[in-house]
Amino acid sequence: MEQLKTIGRELAMGSQGGFGQSKEFLDLVKSIGEARSKAEEDRIVLSEIDILKRKLLEPDIPKRKMKEYIIRLVYIEMLGHDASFGYIHAVKMTHDDNLLLKRTGYLAVTLFLNEDHDLIILIVNTIQKDLRSDNYLVVCAALNAICRLINEETIPAVLPQVVDLLNHQKEAVRKKAIMALHRFHRKSPSSVSHLISNFRKRLCDNDPGVMGATLCPLFDLISEDVASYKDLVSSFVSILKQVTERRLPKSYDYHQMPAPFIQIKLLKIMALLGSGDKSASEIMYMVLGDLFRKCDSSTNIGNAILYECIRCISCIIPSPKLLEAAADAISKFLKSDSHNLKYMGIDGLGRLIKISPDIAEQHQLAVIDCLEDPDDTLKRKTFELLYKMTKSSNVEVIVDRMIDYMISINDNHYKTEIASRCVELAEQFAPSNQWFIQIMNKVFEHAGDLVNIKVAHNLMRLIAEGFGEDDDDADSKLRLSAVESYLQIISEPKLPSLFLQVISWVLGEYGTADGKYSASYISGKLCDVADAYSSDETVKGYAVSALMKIYAFEIASGRKVDVLPECQSLIEELLASHSTDLQQRAYELQALLALDARAVESILPLDASCEDIEVDKDLSFLNGYIQQAIESGAQPYISERERSGMLETTDYHSQDHHEVPPHALRFEAYERPKPSSVPTQASTELVPVPEPSYYSEAHQPISTSSVSERESSEIKLRLDGVKQKWGRPSYQSSTSASSTPPQAENGTSSHPDVGVGSSSLKPRSSYESKKPEIDPEKQRLAASLFGGSSSSRSDRKSSSGGHKPAKGTASKPPKENPIPVQPPPDLLDFGEPTATSVTATDPFKELEGLMDSSSQDGGSTDVMGLYSDAAPVTTTTSVDSLLSELSDSSKGNPGTYQSQTSKGPNSKEALEKDALVRQMGVNPTSQNPTLFKDLLG
Amino acid sequence: MIKAVMMMNTQGKPRLAKFYDFLPVEKQQELIRSVFSVLSSRPENVSNFLEIDSLFGPDSRLVYKHYATLYFVLVFDGSENELAMLDLIQVLVETLDKCFSNVCELDIVFNYSKMHTVLDEIVFGGQVLETRSDEIMKAVEEISKLEAASNSISLVPKSVSGWRGGR
Repeated sequence: MEQLKTIGRELAMGSQGGFGQSKEFLDLVKSIGEARSKAEEDRIVLSEIDILKRKLLEPDIPKRKMKEYIIRLVYIEMLGHDASFGYIHAVKMTHDDNLLLKRTGYLAVTLFLNEDHDLIILIVNTIQKDLRSDNYLVVCAALNAICRLINEETIPAVLPQVVDLLNHQKEAVRKKAIMALHRFHRKSPSSVSHLISNFRKRLCDNDPGVMGATLCPLFDLISEDVASYKDLVSSFVSILKQVTERRLPKSYDYHQMPAPFIQIKLLKIMALLGSGDKSASEIMYMVLGDLFRKCDSSTNIGNAILYECIRCISCIIPSPKLLEAAADAISKFLKSDSHNLKYMGIDGLGRLIKISPDIAEQHQLAVIDCLEDPDDTLKRKTFELLYKMTKSSNVEVIVDRMIDYMISINDNHYKTEIASRCVELAEQFAPSNQWFIQIMNKVFEHAGDLVNIKVAHNLMRLIAEGFGEDDDDADSKLRLSAVESYLQIISEPKLPSLFLQVISWVLGEYGTADGKYSASYISGKLCDVADAYSSDETVKGYAVSALMKIYAFEIASGRKVDVLPECQSLIEELLASHSTDLQQRAYELQALLALDARAVESILPLDASCEDIEVDKDLSFLNGYIQQAIESGAQPYISERERSGMLETTDYHSQDHHEVPPHALRFEAYERPKPSSVPTQASTELVPVPEPSYYSEAHQPISTSSVSERESSEIKLRLDGVKQKWGRPSYQSSTSASSTPPQAENGTSSHPDVGVGSSSLKPRSSYESKKPEIDPEKQRLAASLFGGSSSSRSDRKSSSGGHKPAKGTASKPPKENPIPVQPPPDLLDFGEPTATSVTATDPFKELEGLMDSSSQDGGSTDVMGLYSDAAPVTTTTSVDSLLSELSDSSKGNPGTYQSQTSKGPNSKEALEKDALVRQMGVNPTSQNPTLFKDLLG
Repeated sequence: MIKAVMMMNTQGKPRLAKFYDFLPVEKQQELIRSVFSVLSSRPENVSNFLEIDSLFGPDSRLVYKHYATLYFVLVFDGSENELAMLDLIQVLVETLDKCFSNVCELDIVFNYSKMHTVLDEIVFGGQVLETRSDEIMKAVEEISKLEAASNSISLVPKSVSGWRGGR
């Protein structure tokens, strides 16, 4: 029924020549709408394409018909089919004089073509002509097209006309011209760099809409270069003030809020300008405070402004009062039922927490609710917040939660992100190496293929180097626990390749070190791995090398080696492998098994992965041999640089530099062997057979660790003496030595059944198992997240079992007692009495400056200079006096355009400057509310 | 900056798609499809926001609103305010409502070029241009009036004031 009505309406419009289309098109739309499958839809569209192709070839198509064809083309392309055969007709249509056709043409080309398309050149001329049109709608259509179709090379062709349009009498044109200029700036900043002053000029446009449009380019410009726009701070503040005081025409109200979009843009700009600038920030205090008071938090747009205020406050150097107001607004957001507001609240919390870390504590329960929310967006935002507030006291709980969430999601993009965050937090705040290894295991197990390979190398290095202190006992314990955990995990199906590499390496290096596991047990496991992942050559390579190490340790310690039958068959299989790398490893292993204990020990010494290997890169030990060879007529060595594409040496060196030896086939042709490349040949002849194997195998971890050291700025282990980021006094220092974190102590006191080893699992499991009595659990989670630093507090809590969960405020005092809260230095900075006194006075003075010309003492800025010669403003502002105001300002400060803050009527020069005034437009921020009506009406 | 405006119905059929940076057709389709698959999997009564770095690059957000059979979607970057964007959708819908009196999906389907006219008055080159629906309406009406006029004039060649004839 509705459909019929619409079609009826449509046909009626069609007969009037409005936006109507023919029956054919309506049928097309209808049949596509009713298509039951994508295939059916495609069929319909394809036949439509055929029809259009045919029709467009017909001669003398009436323009009306052509217009419809073009709309149909656009429609087809929106459905994902190629309509390029008709582009030229759209281009032609832009040339038409008829506005309807021209606009249709422009619409089609803006949707079809990108700025580098060949056909653009055919349109530029039309655009130039249309920009000069007397019909402002034609100009608007052309400006619209410019935004999409002009590229760096064609900007100069239209630039002068667009600049002229900045002074067009229609505000709609001025607005669009500014936007077009902004677009040019985005595309090619250099092309309009000389025109940037125009944006400042337009800020004083007498139409608030144009002024609002100017804020967009200014926002971009200011975010690129804050320093050169500091002079505009007070201008923006006074504009914002006047907007909030409803000085704009009523038509700018949106849901009873005065020009909210302009307010938001202004707040964004102020956030940029006030960041790290105390004096600029102080100018803003007053108006921000007003906004908090005035904002209507019952409408969506009111909340948008409130949120923007919070954002602004988190960027500038805020006053304690504003921080408080922002915190209040956040708590309102968080308490709201709307998910949107909760999201904004969490976001705001994440911003504010950097300035005042304590703020999160009052909202702990709300945050935990958000963590449990079915809304994925909210959940992710909350994880972001947790990530920001992680410190050594809550890292275990947070990382556990993150890992649980990571396991539960399928979105690889986000999985990668959250995995890397887990790794980062674990590396930064890990309370113990054991915990770190556990976390790494989980990350590898569930997101192994998404993790950066350096993380794996880091983990291997950690296990190899241990604590970095001379505590061999602890090191070997750590290794044993790693080996144990890996032996447990190894039999699980489908482990990520990277994780298997780590496992194989660790098992090979330390599997038998402790004597707990027999060589045959470990080697059996390694054979299983090589067998189960037979398609993964990297894993196989790691496994074979690990086997070699295990047998080498066995031989070196004088035990008899029984090569397992499956291992034997593995070696045999690999001896015939297509991968030369695997083949070589297998041959090396075979050769090693035949050697005696002394030779083996020198090839693969026990636990030597961290020892530096001295490599004589000059191969000086060969000097004698070379000398001999040359004397007997061999050609001398020609250095690498003198040859081209030398492969012997580069190949050789590549083993030094690559993290993993190349496993794939090489496709480049090998250099033809030259008799001159004596050194390499010599080395293989001179050095005993196992030597290269030793070199490549044992050297590998070294090279990786050196690689990771090189990359250490990116991912770095900082396990000892980590200082926390915010808030509470150092926690890590006291526990860095003990491997059992206090969290576990809490856990064991309340849940005796949970072992210390699995302490990191505790909060989650207990949480989930006891979901019904949600509050105490939440409370506990909250405590561990937000303030778990004092164990006395949680003791108290666990002893008072069914005690009604105290809200944030109730739990606060005992928490704060043990540790006196030290405000972070930032807060202290702006807590200074001098700062607040300035806060109180300065904005007032400035406002006074707007109202009358009270003496201005701080004439440091240009704006202040303008104030000083300002005269009292009469309440009845006539156009004359406005003009004179402006003329005065332009006289006083011709270069910079802060005329909106100047109020000085110096009527003598009014007439002289009349023309200039007209160019500049009239101050939109005047005192008189009827100003705009006067000027525009 | 606003990166894209999309409208699609609850079956995932695109009704209007405008990307403010050029994307090839295939890419546009892919984005529309993946946006729809995310939207359709969202439960009721959750927030209207999505962070979609995976589709539109880092720091891109999406705001959507579900009206009857249509999703209105805005994609934008960090320089816009999420709640304000939600209201921008509101502005768009309010304006369409005034345009078509009780707007429904079919109005949008059949008035394809008018939709673009309205949208172009609100968002210009990826920036919010106008948020007063009355002003938008005025501009759109003026355009359609002039279009209608020029349509009839084109039959009887007569120069409108200052109309530049010829190519």
